[in-house]
Amino acid sequence: MLKRSRPLSPFLHYRWQYTNTLSILHRATGIILAGGFLLLVYWLTAIASGPVAYARASRVLSHPSFNVLLAFGLVAFAYHFCNGIRHLLWDAGFGLERREARRSGWVVAVATVLIIVLVGCVVFIWSPGIL
Amino acid sequence: MRRSSALGRVLGKGSAKYGVDHWWAQRVTAIALVPLVVWFLVSLLFIPRFNYAILAQWMNHTWNAVLLVALVLVVAQHSYLGVRVVVEDYVHHPGARILTLLAFQFAHVLIAAAGVFAVLKVAFGAYAFGVSA
Repeated sequence: MLKRSRPLSPFLHYRWQYTNTLSILHRATGIILAGGFLLLVYWLTAIASGPVAYARASRVLSHPSFNVLLAFGLVAFAYHFCNGIRHLLWDAGFGLERREARRSGWVVAVATVLIIVLVGCVVFIWSPGIL
Repeated sequence: MRRSSALGRVLGKGSAKYGVDHWWAQRVTAIALVPLVVWFLVSLLFIPRFNYAILAQWMNHTWNAVLLVALVLVVAQHSYLGVRVVVEDYVHHPGARILTLLAFQFAHVLIAAAGVFAVLKVAFGAYAFGVSA
């Protein structure tokens, strides 16, 4: 291997635009959800460890800072879920035209907000037992 | 247009030295997660109160346990594949990259094992459910 600095293959500068914003958000929310997976398993093992362990975990999880974390998790989930379906549709060959991709980006944004509001309302109004 | 060798085509391998397994598995797990995650969230929202007895009883139900095990396994694989791509893209030093990938792989296997074990333990009735905490 030559130790010379050659230009890397697409040696051009990318303009920051909605496409890479949505793409990087998909990764960021995915990483957040990987942390959420850890939390899910913590919760499952707490239930499996019996009433005393569950009560302790429940105290930890109902701490306000965890509620904030959970809210972030919901936002991350809503976005990753909607945009993930968008990616699957692309993989199936749908919506690859520029106009369609732009429109589906907006659909993802709106659907994300709708899911957050819907789940948020259900959690806080209908079923306060969750928190 | 045949750019790959006959063996490479048979094994499904391209210029990247490995096949499309990773890409494909990421999609398969994503498709599986759509109904699984919807089921999980809706089920959680329908649980009247989050106390030990109710949750343990819920996990003890056969189909809930089966779907929870499926959820944990599929999320673990999907999460590992995603984290792996991120590490491969942003950790440039080869040694650090291998170590990071190994650490995340081991972590995912451990967490998945813990999740599956937890669900099965409750599903097989490790505790009496009359006890409320």
